[in-house]
Amino acid sequence: MVCFQSLKREGFDMIRALAWLGFIACFSLGLLFPWSKTPLIMALCYGMASMGVAIMMRAGQVSFGHALYAAIAAYSVAFAARSFPEWDGLLLLLIGVLASSLAAALIGLFVVRYRGIFFGMLNLALSMVVFSMLGKFYNLTGGTDGLRINRPTLFNHTLERDTFETSLLMLCLLLAAVLVWGVQRYYKSASGEALAGIKSNETRLEYLGLSAKRILWNAYILSAALVGLSGALFGLVQGLVTPDIGSWFRSGEYVFISILGGSGHAFGALLGAAVFEAVKLFAAAYMTGVWQLILGVTLIIVILVAPDGIVGLLQKRKPPTGEAP
Amino acid sequence: MSALLETKGLQLSFGGVVAADHIDFVLQRGERLAVIGQNGAGKTTFINICTGFLKPASGQVFFNGVEVTHQLPRQIVRLGLGRSFQLPQLFLDHTVRQCLEIAAAGRSGKLSFFKSLSDSVDGREVDDTLALVGLQQRAHDPALALPEGQRKLLDIAMALMLRPQLLIMDEPTSGVASEDKMALMDTVMQALTERQVTSWFVEHDIDIVNRYATRVAAWIAGKVAADGPPADVLSNPQIQREVLGTH
Repeated sequence: MVCFQSLKREGFDMIRALAWLGFIACFSLGLLFPWSKTPLIMALCYGMASMGVAIMMRAGQVSFGHALYAAIAAYSVAFAARSFPEWDGLLLLLIGVLASSLAAALIGLFVVRYRGIFFGMLNLALSMVVFSMLGKFYNLTGGTDGLRINRPTLFNHTLERDTFETSLLMLCLLLAAVLVWGVQRYYKSASGEALAGIKSNETRLEYLGLSAKRILWNAYILSAALVGLSGALFGLVQGLVTPDIGSWFRSGEYVFISILGGSGHAFGALLGAAVFEAVKLFAAAYMTGVWQLILGVTLIIVILVAPDGIVGLLQKRKPPTGEAP
Repeated sequence: MSALLETKGLQLSFGGVVAADHIDFVLQRGERLAVIGQNGAGKTTFINICTGFLKPASGQVFFNGVEVTHQLPRQIVRLGLGRSFQLPQLFLDHTVRQCLEIAAAGRSGKLSFFKSLSDSVDGREVDDTLALVGLQQRAHDPALALPEGQRKLLDIAMALMLRPQLLIMDEPTSGVASEDKMALMDTVMQALTERQVTSWFVEHDIDIVNRYATRVAAWIAGKVAADGPPADVLSNPQIQREVLGTH
């Protein structure tokens, strides 16, 4: 326990060490056990999407509809890939991210005016509208059967299924690493700290000459871009997009992972996704039928033991300086 | 002296309660105005109208000769009108220093996305302001850990980071132990003098009004009932009866 306490004081180094360890573990797992590649990619995708949802949580806002942006990105990828089969996988990803960011820029104008339960429910409502449209417009979207995406080239190479998955895993790992670094930089920037200020005091922001709506709008676009990226990757790895990618259930899973991992550090979402996927895999294998129960109990334990998520346990608590209050 | 803030015919009611009853008011540059009045007399409403938080039913507000009646608080703040609150409005999850850094970043209006907060503001200026209100020792403590008096000082310091020409303070000494009030006001007034900021504060303690104000305005039922040098206003029988309750 003493050892753990002293390690905890080195909190940020511990997060960095865990991050390196995690990336190396994913890398070796994927190479050693080919079957693990798809679940690893899925976990990383969940992690990146939840990182997006966690950004909004920094401002104290919980969106129950962010899977909408995964759906917009994935369907954009599908439409583009079906119209232009020669387009490269990277270009398709870029299209997906752009489409979700653009949609968020428009929808954001409206939803950043609301806070708390209204923000959450508005996002949910909008995502459900799109979800049902995707299921109904059969001619355009393939209805609930979804749309197939033929395997595109990657870095201008035509790849077999196995190599394609390995490349995607490497790409996901690289993207996740860059995003953890970039999003953490954002959290510590003036914009990111002002975003956290929305959670504690919007009135003061306004009286500092700052627009809380503008700050939240920027964050909203960033968060949607991350969810969009994960949706586009989902589409590529599965070779199929169905309306399920935009369902409220998915949005709920992202919220679940964000709470599990914690929003104190950008890496939290990836940790949450790792635990989420691991619990889901084990529970599904050994306790079929009650895996939701296991997930629920896990979340209750985390909320009771670590209200700031797993990453909150690892973070450095600064020793108080100066006189006692 | 020149007029820094001017209102013409400000009028606002909440239901049947008249909170601002045709207020014509001029604040000169360099004044230290104390606003007194009982609870509900309309003191904070007047502040809220002048800072753009509430819109008047009729009338106009001018700051530095510019009409600001229909501007948003953040636009008026940018013109040089700072405000502190009866309940300090702080970023309680941030450290004292970070609170001031966010304020400094706010003044520039451009928030970086990538550069760290402390790198994007002038650290010396933050240090100066911390020293000005005597909070250097608490710089790295969370704002949440501060006692009420220091919270008030941090609230004022955040407003001062914007280099305002006028600072409006709503009850800067409320919630502070009576033996600490004078020390708090000494610190605040010294800071305001050093930064050459015109000030206006709402206050219930007559000793503080007497000691720090150059002008007193007494509010009764949404109106300025008396306005002038402290000695005149505080000896006015109507004010003694209806505001001070001494008679």
